[in-house]
Formats: sequence, C-alpha cells, structure tokens
Amino acid sequence: MATEVLMPALSPTMEEGTLAKWLVKEGDSVSSGDILAEIETDKATMEFEAVDEGVIGKILIEAGTEGVKVNTPIAVMVEEGEDVPAESPSAETAPAPSALNGSEGKTAAPAAAAPMPEAPKADTSPDWPEGTEMKSQTVREALRDAMAEEMRSTDEVFVMGEEVAEYQGAYKITQGLLDEFGARRVIDTPITEHGFAGIGVGAAFGGLRPIVEFMTFNFAMQAIDQIINSAAKTLYMSGGQMGCPIVFRGPNGAAARVAAQHSQCYAAWYSHVPGLKVVMPYSAADAKGLLKQAIRDPNPVVFLENEILYGRSFEVPVLDDFTIPFGKAKTWREGSDVTIVSFGIGMTYALEAAERLAEDGIEAEVIDLRTIRPMDTDAILASVMKTNRLVTVEEGFPQSSVGNYITSVVMERAFDYLDAPVINLTGKDVPMPYAANLEKLALVTTDEVVEAVRKVTYR
Amino acid sequence: MATRKSTAKSNVSAEELLGFYRDMLLIRRFEEKAGQLYGMGLIGGFCHLYIGQEAVVVGLESTAKPDDKRITTYRDHGHMLACGMDPKGVMAELTGREGGLSKGKGGSMHMFSKEKHFYGGHGIVGANVPLGAGLAFSDMYKGNDNVTFTYFGDGAANQGQVYETYNMAMLWDLPVIFVIENNKYAMGTSVQRATKSPSLWERGAAYGIKGEEVDGMDVLAVKAAGEKAVAHCRAGKGPYILEIMTYRYRGHSMSDPAKYRTRDEVQKIRAERDAIEHVRELLLTGKHATEDDLKDIDKEIKSIVNDAAEFAKESPEPAVEELWTDIYA
Repeated sequence: MATEVLMPALSPTMEEGTLAKWLVKEGDSVSSGDILAEIETDKATMEFEAVDEGVIGKILIEAGTEGVKVNTPIAVMVEEGEDVPAESPSAETAPAPSALNGSEGKTAAPAAAAPMPEAPKADTSPDWPEGTEMKSQTVREALRDAMAEEMRSTDEVFVMGEEVAEYQGAYKITQGLLDEFGARRVIDTPITEHGFAGIGVGAAFGGLRPIVEFMTFNFAMQAIDQIINSAAKTLYMSGGQMGCPIVFRGPNGAAARVAAQHSQCYAAWYSHVPGLKVVMPYSAADAKGLLKQAIRDPNPVVFLENEILYGRSFEVPVLDDFTIPFGKAKTWREGSDVTIVSFGIGMTYALEAAERLAEDGIEAEVIDLRTIRPMDTDAILASVMKTNRLVTVEEGFPQSSVGNYITSVVMERAFDYLDAPVINLTGKDVPMPYAANLEKLALVTTDEVVEAVRKVTYR
Repeated sequence: MATRKSTAKSNVSAEELLGFYRDMLLIRRFEEKAGQLYGMGLIGGFCHLYIGQEAVVVGLESTAKPDDKRITTYRDHGHMLACGMDPKGVMAELTGREGGLSKGKGGSMHMFSKEKHFYGGHGIVGANVPLGAGLAFSDMYKGNDNVTFTYFGDGAANQGQVYETYNMAMLWDLPVIFVIENNKYAMGTSVQRATKSPSLWERGAAYGIKGEEVDGMDVLAVKAAGEKAVAHCRAGKGPYILEIMTYRYRGHSMSDPAKYRTRDEVQKIRAERDAIEHVRELLLTGKHATEDDLKDIDKEIKSIVNDAAEFAKESPEPAVEELWTDIYA
C-alpha cells in the first residue's frame, strides 16, 4: 500500500521548514533508519530518517523548497513491486489540538466584583471547646509534643534531619524523641539537604509520612528542587495517582546576628507554588495543632517555624488530641479602625503595636493568617470591609511579598471599601547585615507598624 | 585500575528468550511509532526515544518480583512498557489525551503507575536518584525484601545529589540498585568530554558500594548482572551499582541535529551490536523459533502498537475542568 511521507516536525516549535536536500531518488529502496532528506528547521539542519522499509515511489516536494508546512506530503512510498497510484493517498491529517481556551476554564480570580460586594463570612468558630483546661507551654515543647503524639498514633510517621536524634535537635525541637521511638524512626542524616529531602520525598511516594527537619530553611535552598519539582507537582503530573504526604519543617526567617545567609523568610517563596501547603504559626497552641494537621495532611506541607519564638510560652489546651484546620485565620484582637494582617513572628509587632495604638484610642483588628497557603482571604476581606483600612506585616523582602498578594485580593474584591491605600510592611530590601544597629534597621519593627496604622487612619 | 566487567550470562529457556524478543521489539516499534506521531505534530514538546537501549530494561525486569519498585528519568517509555504498563495509556499520554496514564497532564516525561510500582518519569536530571533511594527506604522501614531499580544516565551521574544518595544508601543499607544507563552521550556531550573518571560504577567504591560494568546490548548479560544485584539487595547487603553500557540510536530528543557523533558510529553499532538482532540470532541458530514464528511476533507487536496509536489519536483531549483537579489530595 502506498503511504505518504509527511514533512516532519523536528522540534517543539517547528511549523515549517526548508527541504534542503533529498538523499534518495525515485525508485530507491530504503529501510528503516536510512536518511531520506536533510531538512532545515528554525534551529538546525536535521537528517530525516525513514521509519519503514519501502521504495521511494514519487518525490512530491523538490529539494530547495522553502516554507514547507509540517505535515505536507513530501514523497510517496510504495512497497517493492508496487506502482505509484495516480492520485496520492489522502494525507493523514493531524487533528491540531486546539489550545485550551482560558475563558472556558475556571479563572484564577473571580470576575470583577459588583460595587460594594457583601462581606464574606469568616469562620470564627473556636479552635477548641470553651472551658477547655489550658497550660502554659513553649512553642518548642508544643512542636515536640505534636510530633510525639502523631508518631505514637501511626508507625508511618518518622523524623529525619541533621542532629535530630542523638544531639536531640539543633534547636532541641526533637528532644526526647530518640529515647521514645528509637533510631529506626528518629534518623540523623549527614549534612546533605538535597539528598535527604529527596529520600524523604521518595519515602512518601513509598507510603510513609516523613517529617523532614531542616536545621534552618536557609539550608533548604539546597533542596528546593525536590520540594517543588518532586513533592509539590507529582500529584498533578500523575493525574492524581501519586501523592506526597510529607512535612518539611524547621526555623525560618531572621534569628539574631547570624547575617545574610542565615536570615531569610521563605513564606512568599513557597506560597507561590501550587501543590504545596505553607504554614507559619505564631503561638504554641497553633504550632501544635497545625503541625499535627500537617503530619496528617496527604499533601506536602512546608512548616515555617521561628527560632526566636521557640522559647516563648503561650496557653495550650490540655486535650488528648486536637488539630487546627488549614486556611483558617485567627483574630487575636477585634477592632474597628484598622485591620493588621500578619503571621509568624510578625504577629509580635502587630500585637505590640495594637496595644500602643489602643492607648491613643485607635482600635486595631489583628489577624494571624497561620496558614499562608491555603489563605483565609475571607477573614481578611470581612475585616477590611469593617475597618476600611489595611496594614500587612511580615519579615520577608518587599518585592512579591505575601502582603502584595493580600493587597491584590483586597483590591479585586473590596476596592470600594478601602478608605486609604494599603501598606505592606516588610523587611527592608537588603541582604541581612551583621552589625547590630543595621540588623535592627533591616527588620520590621513595632514602631513601623504604629506609624503605618497612623498613616492609613490619618491620625 | 582494574576494571571488572561481568561476562556472566544467564541461562534462559527458549520461552523466556522469545519473551525478551517480544518485549524489546514492542519497545522499539512503540518508539518508532512515537517518532512518527511526533513528526505529524500529534506529540508535542520533548520526546526522548529509547531505541537502542531496549535490552537494559527488558533484562532487568526479568529479575524483578511483582512488588519491586522502579523509577527513572525522562527517557522513560521503555521502562513503562517493560514493567507491563498499557501501551495505549502510554501513547495517549504522549499525545496529551484523556486516556493517557496521567490523564494527559504529565506528558512524555511524567507517567506513574501505582499498580506496577512505577514511580515516574522525572524531568530533572539526577533528581530521581534520591527519590529511588527513598522508595527503597520505605521498603526497608516496612521490613519487606523489595528492591528499587533506580535508573539514570551517564549525564545524571555527574550530579551532586547522586553522591549524596550513594552515601546515605550505603550508610543505611538501602535495598536500591543504581542502574546507570551509559549510552555514551549526555545530550550532545560524550562521557569523555564530561569526566576524567575511567568508569562511572567505580565511583561507588568511594562509599563502599559494590558494582560492575555490564554489556547492555546483550540482554542475557544484563539479566545475569541484574540477578546478582537483586540477590545482594534482597539479602540486606545494601545498594549495588550496575553501569550498563548501551547506545541510543536516535537523538537526545526529537530536535537533535546529532552533530556530536558520526552517522557511521550509529550505523556500525546498529549493524553489529543491536540487542534485538542478537536475540533474533540466538532464537534462529538455536532453533528455538523459525522465521515464521518471529514474523508472527512482529505482526502481533505491530498490531499492538497500531492499536495504541489509534487509541492515542482517538482519545479526546482532557476536559477543561481537569486544569483544576489533582493539585491537592
């Protein structure tokens, strides 16, 4: 049977090419792998091979022809002894896959809001039953208890990282875990972030629930490919077949006097990535409830802690088991004059500022996001629609910050409610300096929060 | 430095030899068809064909038991067919259709099968190596005797994370077989232009990992080496490295002008060392099969591949709603 040889696509972007030279002529016998022609693409001159054996019955496009569209018949192949048909067989036309029309799909952002949309309802349900007994605990102890409780409940959970076992944790977060669970489940790794992050992801593919501790998230930069390309994307790339239940945790952001390479907030970085969940607790109760939730979550979770907060004490519910759902912000303080949104250690400055502002009669509503992704935008919008003013507070760099994203959401969905431009307070746009005075200047401060609130409230 | 090259050959039955022929031919015909569909514009983006390397996966798969795991890089179609994944699903993924193994969302480089314990299909060179060790870790943790075949190329062998993984795999006795498919070229850079190391498997010695070089154009040699490596891992002795010397006949991807090697080099290996021809000769000279028997197999394979191509053309594109699914479990 005669078959047409079609102009091939020889690169992902090729639409047409030049048929530079024929290396066979009519009547030649060819076998699979023989070069038929040289074709010039947008990138290079390529040799075009035969895929089947046969005889060149007729050459349809002369050598030297430019602008030959992909899939144009360029020759007819016949079987040995067969005549060339008078009419060439109809080309097998490729159904050009139509580009997905964005407008048919769900759009990332809702359509432009009608004037003065109704305030969304924020979930303000309590995190634990009222009247629950409370005890004072440090963030450090709360994190350890969260891991220990989850490790007791399922054998699939294990911890790996540098100094997590015998040293009891570089920041003592895993203190006591080796004694209770043994070296099989509390695993010291060599200093090799890229490698052990990948092993953790592989173990999660294999059905375990790893907790991978990074001594700090600065070192996770060595492993960021495994976190994003391997952990976050596999569920999607596998059409939903293969998930990755893993927690990457460790201290994040500036500590004190450790300079540029050890002082950086990664909240905005990881929150950029679909497939990841990003958590950044402030209080001990949230650290515990959110870490337990993270360990149970079937998705990869980046859990950003803070070294300065580790030693701080908060009230934690005395319950056998409690978790805090992702995507639910916590309102620490109600107020009607301005909304301050923050997370992690930024909450320290937000709450201090609110106290000071209250002395001057400015009542700030202070919202702790707790999870950056998914983000409780309803809580932010509901509050902004009440206060009409917004200040965001975070330690990360200013460009493409979490605050920038919050601002865009508020602009799209609550523009007409704003009585002042939103202010995004962030760390300064500089690598962290070592000198004590400069370091202080580089970080966001309570004074700056107070000043920003005065600006947006014109008071 | 003494090189150690396995010269062992596995004793196989006529039936198994026929199976090898069939499995290798399926990969070759499938890949040729994929090349055609790419030329027709039905397959887009990157498409890395496995033609020439068929004996590697077919030989090693013959040493695996059903629960063993495998993971590889982006030149992955052969691995999927060898472990029994449906050619229709693989081809339809190449064309980006709903019937593809990843519903059209993964493409040539990203396919998975929980059922067949195939863990991808990874596009970042070297990144699948620690993932493979992690899979092996999960089996060791659970206390079974499964092994994980972790395939990567001579190019990936220069990535740092491979050596981080070697170190931990040996430290923790992980049951992982590191399979270096040395096809002599990392894209367009020959091994000699990328390293002064005389061999790649010997680098394992720095971590105490045993290994050997294997003739990857001889499926029986691959099987013999695989059996040895599997026995080592199953016995709890830790990882093992197989550097399998092979050759890819086609370009790195579809848009490879192939100026880094001569046409004669390719044709010489094709003519003198082809793995499928080798098995064909063994079958015929050993009188295990007649020309007609082999023609029947050729026909059967052609029909499987044509059916796969037909399915891959007919299967619809994924529904637009699929854009928004499978982001979170």
